[in-house]
Amino acid sequence: MTAHWIFADPRLWQIVGLSLAVSLSAVVCATLLGLPLGAAIAVGRFPGRQAVIVVLNALMGLPPVVVGLFVYLLLSRAGPLGELGLLFTPAAMVIAQTILIVPIIAALARQAVEDAWREYEEQLRSLGVQGMHGALTVLWDIRFSLLTAVLAGLGRASAEVGAVMIVGGNIDGVTRVMTTTIALETSKGDLPLALGLGIVLIAIVLALNAGAHLVKEAAQRRHG
Amino acid sequence: MSAILPLRLEGVSFAAGGRTIIPRLDLTLEAGASTIILGANGAGKSVLMRLMHGLLAPSTGRVVWSTEGPRRRQAMVFQRPVMLRRSALANVVYALDAAGVPVGQQARLAREALQEVGLSHVAGRAARVLSGGEQQRLALARAWALHPEVLFLDEPTANLDPGATREIESVIKAFDVAGTKIVMSTHNLGQARRLGDEVIFLYQGRVAERAPIEKFFPQPASPEAAAFIKGELPWA
Repeated sequence: MTAHWIFADPRLWQIVGLSLAVSLSAVVCATLLGLPLGAAIAVGRFPGRQAVIVVLNALMGLPPVVVGLFVYLLLSRAGPLGELGLLFTPAAMVIAQTILIVPIIAALARQAVEDAWREYEEQLRSLGVQGMHGALTVLWDIRFSLLTAVLAGLGRASAEVGAVMIVGGNIDGVTRVMTTTIALETSKGDLPLALGLGIVLIAIVLALNAGAHLVKEAAQRRHG
Repeated sequence: MSAILPLRLEGVSFAAGGRTIIPRLDLTLEAGASTIILGANGAGKSVLMRLMHGLLAPSTGRVVWSTEGPRRRQAMVFQRPVMLRRSALANVVYALDAAGVPVGQQARLAREALQEVGLSHVAGRAARVLSGGEQQRLALARAWALHPEVLFLDEPTANLDPGATREIESVIKAFDVAGTKIVMSTHNLGQARRLGDEVIFLYQGRVAERAPIEKFFPQPASPEAAAFIKGELPWA
């Protein structure tokens, strides 16, 4: 079995495709939830704010298997959302990964917006801009810096194995993604496929980060 | 539209972090004359202007405008302007939008404002890559577009070279001619003479002296002001 044979394997590319679809969907969902959440916490002044920040930061280290278990209980036949029939589908994997990375994106966005807010606050308040309007203005203004937060979420989503394993079930051709395949094939002894997938996974993460870096650099030059 | 001036500060004090910056102040600002706020570093000039503009809430006392809801009718230009990462024109449009100006009028008013400060040629450029002087003129355009009744300026030329300072001063004069009340703090006594009609001299958070500009410089009434002028103009 040669490496050439591995990369010609249509199974491999099907797995890569599903991995990307799941993790990118989760990143889109988590970004839409996490950025406004982080910005609101950054700009808002409410009782218990410090506690919320501590909890949010702690949730960045949420263990994937625990999130998987939580979503499993939620979606299992007897669970509150069992009727949707989502367990062991890619949708369940998107939900689990979204929960896993919302805190990462929200916590990093909170820090970035709070730093920027120090610079913007007086000026925006002078213009009569307050509250969520101000938060969204800052969010948009530092959107290229926030790429880093989104990438951190993507890195986490594409690298984790525990959550998608539990809620997806690692069903061949349905919910089998790169990380679960690597775990499975390694234990079966099919090291070339596992290694091939590992290389593809790292290459994809590297390419996405390089792309984001270029976008950020270009934006920096254009907007200052 | 009824006038928001005069502005009255009634028994206003301000303390932060256990330190009293303004002990107790009663002050009235009328329309017309341009007011220059002078004083040493830490005398409370910036705090006073932020109290008037509404960025800071007084610890005690009241800041009273003659009509309510003055937000749109007053503007402030800071020592270091903060521009959004968008074009110069879009920065002015943003201010108009925040002030509730109808969308249909925003672009026209913004272009007029850029024209007024001489920045029409950079309307499409990213605001943050403009020079310091241009950014400060853009901040003035942002204020101009709102046609404020009162314009607060907190050491607007402190970071600028003489050429840029001259350009800023001519725009400030244009505001004055257009009927906007100017309230400005500065360290530049020449600038105070060029732009001001009256001086409010602050010393340790109190109004040590308030006088017409032509009286203040040759014959300051208070010893603090006399020492300040002497210190700033050691050759005089």
